[in-house]
Amino acid sequence: MTTPTLTPPHLVSTSETTVAVPEPPRPSTSDHLYRLVVWGGLLLVFVWSFGPAEINRFVYLFTDASNMAEYAKGFLTPNFRDWEYYVEEMILTVQIALWGTVLSVIFGIPFALLSSNNLAPVWIVQPVRRLMDACRAINELVFAVLFVVAVGLGPFAGVMALFIHNLGIISKLFSEAVEAVDPRPVEGIRATGASRLQEIIYGVVPQVMPLWISFSLYRFETNVRSATVLGIVGAGGIGQILFESIRGFLYAETAAILIIVVVTVSLIDILSQQLRKLAI
Amino acid sequence: MSTVRVERLTKTFPGGKRALKDVSVDIERGEMVALIGASGSGKSTLIRHIAGLVQADRDAPCKVTVDDRPVQAGGRLSGEARDIRRDIGVIFQQFNLVGRLSVITNVLIGVLGRISVMRGTFGRFRPDEKRAAMQALARVGIAETAAQRASTLSGGQQQRAAIARAMVQGARVVLADEPIASLDPASAKRVMQALSELNEQDRVTVIVSLHQVEYARRYCPRTIALRDGEIAYDGPSTALSHDFLRELYGDASEELVLPDVPARSDAPEPAVAAAVALAGT
Repeated sequence: MTTPTLTPPHLVSTSETTVAVPEPPRPSTSDHLYRLVVWGGLLLVFVWSFGPAEINRFVYLFTDASNMAEYAKGFLTPNFRDWEYYVEEMILTVQIALWGTVLSVIFGIPFALLSSNNLAPVWIVQPVRRLMDACRAINELVFAVLFVVAVGLGPFAGVMALFIHNLGIISKLFSEAVEAVDPRPVEGIRATGASRLQEIIYGVVPQVMPLWISFSLYRFETNVRSATVLGIVGAGGIGQILFESIRGFLYAETAAILIIVVVTVSLIDILSQQLRKLAI
Repeated sequence: MSTVRVERLTKTFPGGKRALKDVSVDIERGEMVALIGASGSGKSTLIRHIAGLVQADRDAPCKVTVDDRPVQAGGRLSGEARDIRRDIGVIFQQFNLVGRLSVITNVLIGVLGRISVMRGTFGRFRPDEKRAAMQALARVGIAETAAQRASTLSGGQQQRAAIARAMVQGARVVLADEPIASLDPASAKRVMQALSELNEQDRVTVIVSLHQVEYARRYCPRTIALRDGEIAYDGPSTALSHDFLRELYGDASEELVLPDVPARSDAPEPAVAAAVALAGT
């Protein structure tokens, strides 16, 4: 690749004075090395995990396809005889997700502000972030098992599981939005002699509101999906009957339940999309 | 009696750049002072120090007082800084309004420092405060925009909303940091008029940093000129002749003086120029 022949002559010399045009920047050797390390490293990681993840068994997907077909046939005739019961449990599942989300948003806001580098000092940010990491790292199913022990079988254990797990997620998402705000309006408010909290309420919150609403709606969608499995460990909702029907080899009933889950999740997706448009 | 007093201010930025070197300034109540200087000469830095938005060097004997109350001393903000900020209105080059809030809410933010923390935090503004905000907006001529989001206003309107915020704040000192640098000439004139009205009618001390000496000459009796973080001139604005500025800033003076520039040889014919000007308005 030679560039000099491509340079239009009129860019190089204007009337009588000749302007020296610098060469376009080229990636340096260290840039190349960096790229090699990143891509090479990624490739190594995939090779390393190929065996342990048993990816070599993908051939069974084709050789044993008849088994799969047999299994899938059971799902082709969904049995909606108990649909009222399923819908009732599905609504309960949505209610669990609703409360789990609302609680995590309400309690997530202060934690988000405390874990934002542009609002809180580092000795507060770091411990709060690590605490939120812990909430996020533990799956909601694990929390559900713990809360079933603490508050007994039923929907409330599910609400608490979603609440704690989402507290970690919401505070991370919210604080990332807070760290990206334009500092100038905040400084404008500080210059009027407003208090620290007022700077946040009038300067930060209006800027992050559309993102916060969008994140909350997205988490609600996700929580409805998560809540459908919480029932497996006895934390209420449609998961409980889903698990029972799978264990009882009742494929027709399982298919009916799955269809209800899919329709509900789709409906909530459509609804939250509309709400998000209103918010932004 | 001096309102704003800056003593031996020195500021070094983290990169090692000296933004201000031993700057001392004394400004009397009710003065309207222009701060001029090329980009990077320290105008904004000086204004931000007076407002207590940045701290001076730690080990320097610098002191900033407003109305004889310390804003900062020895590189530390005083405990009174937040109180003093209530009496100082700051107007920024980029307006620093909250774009998603309505214009009137942005103006009402000016009263936060004076009302109880609880009431301010929950946004319970009283009708008389709202009337005062509308009055301020009417004074700067944009009362009809009160209900709009601040982000929908033009640059000149946003800057006037910021001035209305300083009015509602009841500021006794207004610091304007390049308030007209990002505005078209007509808006710039309106903004400068609003500031000079504030100075003449309300006896507010105004310190305004400017890029163009013309505005300093027209609106400010006194000018302080900065060069490389030092005071190069402090005196009546009328003394700022072009020759003097050239002496002061050399080639950089072109950045400060707009007119008197010889017209370009390839400038459009007068009739065309008039048409272009009309199309632009």
